[in-house]
Amino acid sequence: MALAIAFYLLAAVTVGAGFGVVSSRNPVHSVLFLILSFFSAAGLFVTMGAEFLAMLLVVVYVGAVAVLFLFVVMMLDVDFAALRQGFARYMPVGGLVAGVLAVEMIVIATAAATGGVHKADSPQLHPELPNIETIGHVLYTDYVYFFQAAGLVLLVAMIGAIVLTLRHKPGVRRQSIVDQVARTPKSGMRVVQIKPGQGIEQ
Amino acid sequence: MIIGLTHYLAVAAILFTIGVFGIFVNRKNIIVILMSIELLLLAVNINLVAFSVYLHNVVGQIFAMFVLTVAAAEAAVGLAILVTFFRNRGDIAVDDASMMKG
Repeated sequence: MALAIAFYLLAAVTVGAGFGVVSSRNPVHSVLFLILSFFSAAGLFVTMGAEFLAMLLVVVYVGAVAVLFLFVVMMLDVDFAALRQGFARYMPVGGLVAGVLAVEMIVIATAAATGGVHKADSPQLHPELPNIETIGHVLYTDYVYFFQAAGLVLLVAMIGAIVLTLRHKPGVRRQSIVDQVARTPKSGMRVVQIKPGQGIEQ
Repeated sequence: MIIGLTHYLAVAAILFTIGVFGIFVNRKNIIVILMSIELLLLAVNINLVAFSVYLHNVVGQIFAMFVLTVAAAEAAVGLAILVTFFRNRGDIAVDDASMMKG
């Protein structure tokens, strides 16, 4: 009973916050709704018994991705009212497509859950092991190459983001260590004869 | 009242639908489009985890982790492209983003 209450509460908050993401006028509010949505989805994961993924969702999304979104939204100086033009115009077709999609997917989900999918014979989830241990046993043995590939994807994304946003401003004086090391007394100073009353020409 | 697979699949379906709806109605605002894509991937993750628990097979949760990785990478690169685009043009209207004449 408590599980049912928790499920309905978390599901309602997830869906409501998801609707807030797409419909709020201010993108900052959208990001905050996105954080709420991810947080309650993490709660849904906990009710299913996938604690590790729930914590991952909170750490990765709320801690990194949502803050990145918030940072970009607040950094860009954009007239967001102009970007909302056409909201009412695209509403009917968007609503139609969304409605058809929702009905289709719920019908398929009900069909799959009531008879289409048969449960696996040999349970691979060990109920005596905690969730993290079960994932670790599989992730670091059978799926270790995929794990490494995921790391590579993140590395490429990081380098790509840095390369895209890094820019060298012209006219900024930077330290050149090669020039400093190669400096000798001959290149560093010169001796000038100064005639009285004339000063030095540069 | 037993909460089964169908309930979680229904939540994921509604969330996915909201994501698609968001892409449709916010055609000009690419930041909200990126957030809608995050919602779509979250719905996919809920589906994967629900089936993983239902079938007693942990591979679904591992695949959900990989989806999470790709989503984070996609958000980072997408926002980097957005910042570069904003620097070059001064706004982020995607309607007239035809610089490359593609």
